[in-house]
Amino acid sequence: MKRVVLALAIALALGLAASAPFVRAALDEYATEVKIDNFSFTPSTMSVPVGTQVHWINRDDIPHTVVSEDKAFKSKALDTDDRFSYTFSKPGTYKYFCSLHPKMTAIIVVH
Amino acid sequence: MDHNTKDEILHDHHHDGIDRRGFLKCMAWAGTGALCLMRGGVLQSYSLSRLPELKAKDAQAELSFVQISDSHMGFNKPENTDVVGTFKAAIDKINALPLKPAFMLHTGDVSHLSKPEEFDTVQQMLKSASVKDVFYVPGEHDMLNDDGQQFRQRFGAGRQGGGWYSFDHKGVHFIGLVNVMNLKAGGLGNLGGEQLAWMEKDVKHLSKSAPIVVFAHIPLWTIYPEWGWGTEDSAQALSYLKRFGSVTVLNGHIHQTMQKVEGNVTFHTAASTAFPQPNPGTAPSAGPMKVPAEQLRSLLGITDVNYRRGQHALAVVDSSLG
Repeated sequence: MKRVVLALAIALALGLAASAPFVRAALDEYATEVKIDNFSFTPSTMSVPVGTQVHWINRDDIPHTVVSEDKAFKSKALDTDDRFSYTFSKPGTYKYFCSLHPKMTAIIVVH
Repeated sequence: MDHNTKDEILHDHHHDGIDRRGFLKCMAWAGTGALCLMRGGVLQSYSLSRLPELKAKDAQAELSFVQISDSHMGFNKPENTDVVGTFKAAIDKINALPLKPAFMLHTGDVSHLSKPEEFDTVQQMLKSASVKDVFYVPGEHDMLNDDGQQFRQRFGAGRQGGGWYSFDHKGVHFIGLVNVMNLKAGGLGNLGGEQLAWMEKDVKHLSKSAPIVVFAHIPLWTIYPEWGWGTEDSAQALSYLKRFGSVTVLNGHIHQTMQKVEGNVTFHTAASTAFPQPNPGTAPSAGPMKVPAEQLRSLLGITDVNYRRGQHALAVVDSSLG
């Protein structure tokens, strides 16, 4: 009985260990993607821990750019389905906008 | 629309020779192709079908030029999968104008993604136009990835600053402004201090009777700030032009024709040759507007501008591609 329980426990532990990266990755992907569509960034405010890589994807039918106000990051022009990523290594509040359509603004808060 | 009667001043309540009811009627015609001429303050309007009659009656315009805008070469989304074809239709239209234009003004967004092949295509296609000289100002789509360096090399080598410039033709002073550089977060178009200083100096010694034409990409009047349709510091620029009798401002960017008259200034925006955009506030955002295929060409177009000495305002006529 004890051996079965032990085997089960090891199996469970292994299972959890194996699935944890997938779980974390899935959570990360969900929390760190900004969708660009209809002349807006969604979500318009995002909060992430230091070291997070944030991904932007343009789903609009017009090109956009991702440019931080303090010049920390600046993407090339992103046409439909183009992507841009940036890893935030320092905490702070990063306001950014689209340099083609400057009324499009958003914020990433890095804690 | 009645093609057979001539419009005359019927109501001159303000004694300034402008029949406002007639003027509004004229503006309503402009979308379908009408010619409104002001001579010595008297407004007369003619439908395009009567244009040959106008030519016979009056001397040819001393100056005729065309404005095209927003060709967005490289755009390939469902709203228009053939921007080359619609650009060609615009060139054909220009080639068929009764009074051959002296040159063209392109008010920007020549390319869609600032790609070399996109600029190449436009320049190549324009070689088939009967009008050989083209003067460009950039749109924000022409400034991508290199802050407009490529654009300036192609279309404005040797010009100062961001590529603003002026030139004279037959007594009319043309000013090409750049209001798509260094756009600030949350802002509109902007001209910047250096350009404004240059402009003030540029017009300082001109005679107030010289007609002025200003052309820039983003509208120099506030049409719809929510969509960025305006220029932060345009009031400053316009203040330098207060003393002139006739000022015409030609813009693009909004992909639809719009006109406003304010004192001595006539503001006009051109249609795109690539895709239409919605009227202000009628959609969740600006951007390419999908319309039924058979309607597309009626929402794209060119603008023909004619000037006769002694006229208060330049005659600005929009025509659609179909």
